[in-house]
Amino acid sequence: MTALLTIIIVLFVAVALWQMVKIFDLAQVGTTTSQVADDHDNKINGYLMIGFLIFIYVITILSFWYLGDLPLMSNSASEHGVEVDNLMIISMVVIFIVQTLTQFVLHYFAYKYRGEKGKKALFYADNTTLEFIWTVIPVIVLAGLIIYGLFTWNDIMNIDEDEDPMVIELYAQQFNWKARYSGADNVLGKANVRLIDIDRANVLGVDEDDPNAQDDVIVTELHLPVGQPVVFKMRSQDVLHSAYMPHFRAQMNCVPGMVTQFGFTPTITTADMRENADMVEKVKNINTLRLERKAEIEESGQELIYEFDYLLLCNKICGTSHYNMQMKIIVETQEEFDAWMKEQKTFPNSLN
Amino acid sequence: MSATIDTHGHEEDHDVHHHKETFITKYIFSIDHKMIAKQYLITGTIMGVIGVLMSIMFRMQIAWPEKPNLLFEALLGKWAPDGVMDADIYLALVTIHGTIMVFFVLTAGLSGTFSNLLIPLQIGARDMASGFLNMVSYWLFFLSSVIMVCSLFVEAGPAAAGWTIYPPLSALPMASGGSGLGMTMWLVSMAIFIASSLLGSLNYIVTVINLRTKGMSMTRLPLTIWAFFVTAVIGVVSFPVLLSAALLLIMDRSFGTSFFLSDIFIQGEVLHYQGGSPVLFEHLFWFLGHPEVYIVILPAMGLVSEIMASNSRKPIFGYRAMIASILAIAFLSTIVWGHHMFISGMNPFLGSVFTFTTLLIAIPSAVKAFNWITTIWKGNLQMNPAMLFSIGFVSTFITGGLTGIILGDSALDINVHDTYFVIAHFHLVMGISALYGMFAGIYHWYPKMFGRMMNKNLGYLHFWITAICAYGVFFPMHFIGMAGLPRRYYTNSNFPLFDDLANANVIITLFAIVGGIAQIVYLYNFFSSMFFGKKAEQNPWRSTTLEWTTPVKHIHGNWPGAIPHVYRWSYDYSKPGHDVDFVPQNVPLKEGEEELQH
Repeated sequence: MTALLTIIIVLFVAVALWQMVKIFDLAQVGTTTSQVADDHDNKINGYLMIGFLIFIYVITILSFWYLGDLPLMSNSASEHGVEVDNLMIISMVVIFIVQTLTQFVLHYFAYKYRGEKGKKALFYADNTTLEFIWTVIPVIVLAGLIIYGLFTWNDIMNIDEDEDPMVIELYAQQFNWKARYSGADNVLGKANVRLIDIDRANVLGVDEDDPNAQDDVIVTELHLPVGQPVVFKMRSQDVLHSAYMPHFRAQMNCVPGMVTQFGFTPTITTADMRENADMVEKVKNINTLRLERKAEIEESGQELIYEFDYLLLCNKICGTSHYNMQMKIIVETQEEFDAWMKEQKTFPNSLN
Repeated sequence: MSATIDTHGHEEDHDVHHHKETFITKYIFSIDHKMIAKQYLITGTIMGVIGVLMSIMFRMQIAWPEKPNLLFEALLGKWAPDGVMDADIYLALVTIHGTIMVFFVLTAGLSGTFSNLLIPLQIGARDMASGFLNMVSYWLFFLSSVIMVCSLFVEAGPAAAGWTIYPPLSALPMASGGSGLGMTMWLVSMAIFIASSLLGSLNYIVTVINLRTKGMSMTRLPLTIWAFFVTAVIGVVSFPVLLSAALLLIMDRSFGTSFFLSDIFIQGEVLHYQGGSPVLFEHLFWFLGHPEVYIVILPAMGLVSEIMASNSRKPIFGYRAMIASILAIAFLSTIVWGHHMFISGMNPFLGSVFTFTTLLIAIPSAVKAFNWITTIWKGNLQMNPAMLFSIGFVSTFITGGLTGIILGDSALDINVHDTYFVIAHFHLVMGISALYGMFAGIYHWYPKMFGRMMNKNLGYLHFWITAICAYGVFFPMHFIGMAGLPRRYYTNSNFPLFDDLANANVIITLFAIVGGIAQIVYLYNFFSSMFFGKKAEQNPWRSTTLEWTTPVKHIHGNWPGAIPHVYRWSYDYSKPGHDVDFVPQNVPLKEGEEELQH
């Protein structure tokens, strides 16, 4: 019944708006005879163009003001992240300059050259020099960005085996993450979804007979020692997922049937990041907002006070609970890491 | 075909038709390109209303997550128990919104309408090369629209795997409720849509190549025709690849093949699939998917170029450069698809190649933007609603296009891939821009389509509200994306990390609602002007192109007498040595007058 009433109300609102537009329409009968813009229209819309230019600038400034702590351009927590952030800042500066200038020119011209009766436009069809200039300038700017970008990209994607990165498997399934450490031998035991045995709690399908698997450790919370290069080998058992670790400027899809990889070196421990001045302010802001919705948050069972943690999020649409597929990441000192690792069960011990 | 029409075209009493047209042959199974254009437009408009309504619904869910809402209860039925939107239907709304807007509104609604309307009229042809194929093309489109809309009512839910329908999610009903019958209908609908699109494109290509009137050389064509022509070529090259992807996916789903699937364990059982790869699907999909965005934007560019020149009373600046950039964009568009797949697991070296080709596209795009700006420089701008939408087009095209520099750069894409940054980028650069191009086209050619004028003041109201809301919705999204918020999340409330973005999401939704409601102004104007609008003159905007030499009242065959010959390019506005500020293409050169050799 409420549904029907709502539909009727929505329809009434639509009809009311329609009628208002109609009144607006009918009110003009007699005032304008032509539906082609005249000098009056040109003038008003010319001024509005300047107004709109100001609106674009204002919304830009407001966005920077309220949303512009630009967390993805500062405070990266990985080694390559610094390069990514630099490139991002350079690109943003280029974009900002071009955007400000071209929008100005466009809207200013629209205002300045608004039509007037009797005025004649300039017959100006071509100018090779001008076109040459604005072909070449983008070429030069883009060449710089492309070269910088490609160096950064190669740097990120080439995993340096000499640095002896720690091998960790990230395992995705609807709708959670698991991680498998390769243990002392730094080699992951063989695995395939055909070996999954739920009854024995072999949920990742690791080959029990593989010697390399004997020291593997499967966990649901990712711990990383600071300063230690890691390479993630990613697998998915069902659909596409994407392992997104925004603070580390890292992301790679998890694809069923193949193993993908992404490597980085974490540089800031969780504890240090919590002390970071920007982060302290951000967290404070978030907690103020959370206190405003206290009742609602407590009802949902979440902790009321937020404390910063690195996160691994799923960033490829993967079904109903895609929006809640996450895993906590903790970056800590080597000692803390070793102590934590000691408490974890190895793969053979985790089986039923 | 054209010869037979030619002969009866010479008869004076053409208005008295030889073959009597019934209601059915005139309004329903019409083979007249002008009627087919209107059919495309109205079907596209209806689909557009559905698509926009969906976006308002899921925006409300994002702003006020899991709050009961009477609108949801009313429209979503069992998918909104107690008025709270279900997570599955949220994904379905996102999916169908994308599909409808990209394909049904901005491909068929835009290209279908204006290619059909303008190609014969502007090149000086009696009709399309094959009127029958044209009719079949429309009715296939109509059929695919009907199937797509019907899929919304499937018991287990409509397709909900994103408009990119990546398998395995789209292939396995166990993975997502929408991947059962809903996805089957999606695939069937798209297969029919592609057939429709191909028939249309082939027709456009053949018509432009063969049926140009005497004197209409390729370098005298209006830029609209160039844009439609090149768009049709891209469509013919890339749409069949999507069809093949859809067919292979149908085989994986229904006949147990393993093109895209391998090693899957779901809901307690191992599936038999072995050896396929979802990455292959991504390649096939984006081989169409990326050219598709140019299929959407090029016609809009063509319309805007034409409208800007006409309303600036100036020739388009750099006519040849504009053609060259259309061709360059078309060529590059077919070799950049991999920039959607930088982090798909594809070889990183390919990532480098695609970064290079992708950023190259910025060059012809920049040339076009600068040329439009120079076109209005020192013009005598007639601020008709169509002109406002054209200026708005350039504005959003620049704003949205610039962030492509970030997304096209593989190193930067890692971190903003699939976040709201992407949504902001493509909605501005191809969604809003193409929509502006379409609105501009409708306001400009409405007199040609319906013989009446739209109300200009309602047009102004429509433009300014839409323009403000478009920026209000999509500009802040860049920042939300840079904060790392992934797209397609039903709610962000499980991530306290993003709590400080909640207010911005509310503001965005408010802009979206106002912007959506403002379209009622347009709908009113569009439908009421058909019957009550002021009668149009033959050439209300004082344009040079051939469509304005046809009578206001539509006749089959377009020109009552012989088809006009063409003596000049289509941009002789404010040419020195003429009393009026426009010289139509069918006016012979004066003695001693030179046709500009650009």
